[in-house]
Amino acid sequence: MTSTFLPDKRTGPGAVLPPPAEGRAPSRARRRALNWLTAVGFQLPALVLFIGLVLLPMLFALYAAFFRWGGFGMPSDYVGGENFTRLFQDAVFLGDLWRCLVLVVLSLAVQLPFALAMAVLLNQRMRGRAVYRMLFFAPYVLSEAITGILFGMIFAPDDGFADQILGKVGLEGLGGQWFAEPSTVMATLFLVMTWKYFGFHMMLYLAGLQAVPRELTEAALIDGAGPWQRFCSVTLPLLAPTLRISVFLSVIGAIQLFDLVWVTTAGGPDHHSETMAVTMFQYGFKRYQVGYASAISVVMFGISLVFALAYQRFVLRRDLEGATTTMRGDGK
Amino acid sequence: MGDPALSRRGFLAASAAAGLGMTTLTACGGDSDGGSSGTTTIEWWNISTTEPAKTVWAALARKFEAQNPKVKIKIVQMENDAYKSKMTALTSSGKLPDIFHTWGGGVLKQQVDAGLVEDLTDSTKPWGDALLPAAREPYLIDDRAYGIPFDIGMIGFWYNKALFRKAGISAPPTTWSGFLDAVRKLKSAGVTPLALAGKEKWPGMYYWAYLAMRTAGAGALQKAYEDKDFTGTPFVEAGEHLEELVGLQPFQRGFLGAAYSTPTGQAAAVGNGKAAMELMGQWAPVVQADAGKGLGKDLGFFPFPAVEGGKGTITEVFGGGGGHALRRGAPQAAVDFLKFFASEATDLELVKKTGVLPVVPSAERAIADPNIKAVQEQLKKSTGFQLYLDQAYAPAVGQEVNDSVAALISGSKSPAQVAQSVTRTAREEQ
Repeated sequence: MTSTFLPDKRTGPGAVLPPPAEGRAPSRARRRALNWLTAVGFQLPALVLFIGLVLLPMLFALYAAFFRWGGFGMPSDYVGGENFTRLFQDAVFLGDLWRCLVLVVLSLAVQLPFALAMAVLLNQRMRGRAVYRMLFFAPYVLSEAITGILFGMIFAPDDGFADQILGKVGLEGLGGQWFAEPSTVMATLFLVMTWKYFGFHMMLYLAGLQAVPRELTEAALIDGAGPWQRFCSVTLPLLAPTLRISVFLSVIGAIQLFDLVWVTTAGGPDHHSETMAVTMFQYGFKRYQVGYASAISVVMFGISLVFALAYQRFVLRRDLEGATTTMRGDGK
Repeated sequence: MGDPALSRRGFLAASAAAGLGMTTLTACGGDSDGGSSGTTTIEWWNISTTEPAKTVWAALARKFEAQNPKVKIKIVQMENDAYKSKMTALTSSGKLPDIFHTWGGGVLKQQVDAGLVEDLTDSTKPWGDALLPAAREPYLIDDRAYGIPFDIGMIGFWYNKALFRKAGISAPPTTWSGFLDAVRKLKSAGVTPLALAGKEKWPGMYYWAYLAMRTAGAGALQKAYEDKDFTGTPFVEAGEHLEELVGLQPFQRGFLGAAYSTPTGQAAAVGNGKAAMELMGQWAPVVQADAGKGLGKDLGFFPFPAVEGGKGTITEVFGGGGGHALRRGAPQAAVDFLKFFASEATDLELVKKTGVLPVVPSAERAIADPNIKAVQEQLKKSTGFQLYLDQAYAPAVGQEVNDSVAALISGSKSPAQVAQSVTRTAREEQ
């Protein structure tokens, strides 16, 4: 893909100064070499940064995962796969995996359908539609840390806004300890996550809905399809590419969840809301067992990678092929 | 799809490497002896980055320079966490600053074992021995002094006198069973006995650490760490005593999610009169007034009660402070500066202006606050000392204590399991 999008030297922006010394047009091979050099020249800074700041640290983390290492000096105490065997015997880490799964399932089963419903609703002609769209999208713009602090205050037992409001309307029974109780912390966390992220998915769906041709819905209407039938047989299939992307983003987000948990509960009470990223942080930056923390990050990376590849291979394949038909036969 | 977590990890490695490189450079360039001109420049690394201490300390350095015209003091200030990581890197590079901040304990011992720290036992004897014994304790390694304190503090119970009166408790308890009785009385008077920041874990650890000191004696926590064995009966008993307390449900509602210094946290609960006590250090009154309303005259302090049948006594203290150590081979001027900094005149100024507890006994007349005076009384009487576990232990072991005790308090670990997990982590840390 490197050479195709470069502007032709004779017609592109670089055409102001044609090579005056050369009387004849450069040979095809020469031009290609020149193009190639230009491409490398432009990509080199980004490539150096990418290799130095992304690729090498990643490889280094993989390397460090095989050492008992405190984070200073170079790792020297090689322990083989010990960090990984310890990881998969660690009740907290196994719990992290379970909680990750719970969040994924909840996101897919509750948050995304909710976002879809809102999107369909706000796709109707109605008064103040733009205001609602903006309101629902607003939480996504807020930083995770601010969201965490805010909801930490809202869900403070007794004194918090949530308990106060519930008390005022005579629903004290529904109030509780929210983040402070092992049995309710995940539900509370998921509530905040939904509040924060459903607007983003709703926006995705709205954009997808705009692309559904009105003629199709109208045709279905003429054929006598009811609203539910129109939604299931026309809207939903046409929205499928958007849905697939939204599911993908949601799952990757759940795997890497950190900020919100760290600020609201720091993984507590008693690890009941801890995620892989929080466990990694605890070991890396609190206990200075950086080798072990690296092992956690490697597993996180592995899970993300396997999921991303499998998802692209089996679920997104049609979308990707549709989007980049020219690439066919290039890859694989 | 890049993994931000991984690149974050890499960032640590990169910044650690960068820090290491930089510190080696400064260590090379920062040679202290001026040479030909006859002036000596000493580097003084400290963590007083906040006011008023920052200004007061700089002024003290100028004062010392005025008294010693041939000495120049170069102040290098770093924020707490940055300082800790930089010192770790410096320790492995093998050269420390002339004068540097230390908390004593395990980290200082590590530096001493590496042969990087000046033995101050003889050079500071005439004036050093007069300092408060509890304050000197963290810097004594095998009975040799490797640091000179400028601050000291301790953990104890801060209580609301009005709520104690309401519950009919005439005097602060001095025994564990008396303490449990007081908790029961407070509960039946409708008062939340204790505030605890369960989210942050370290405040809960204080209970276990103190109980272990009371059951096993003051030196036991350090010895258990060195022997990598916390499974002795007294440590399990400490957990059982804590379990008794937890069984009375003494903490505020939702304590498992509470932070320490936020408006709905531990300090605020006491400061606003919603809970009767908290187990906290000498900084507690300030935080209570900052996060909540503060109790003013109703606030009192009492030491952690003794446990019946335990080896420890009520006068053994869990705490820590701050001090200075010198690199091995530091110039005489650095020793002179330590003497200047631990003089009565300096300490009076530090106590008055920066609110630290005096390390020079005669400087206690500068204390105005009755509560700080109460803490000072306890420190003066102290017969044993245990440094804060996060400074006495390697980070992983300290964190494991916090984590296991938090699990005990929330009911998911038994006292024996706490002892086992801490032991296991202590063994993992070579």
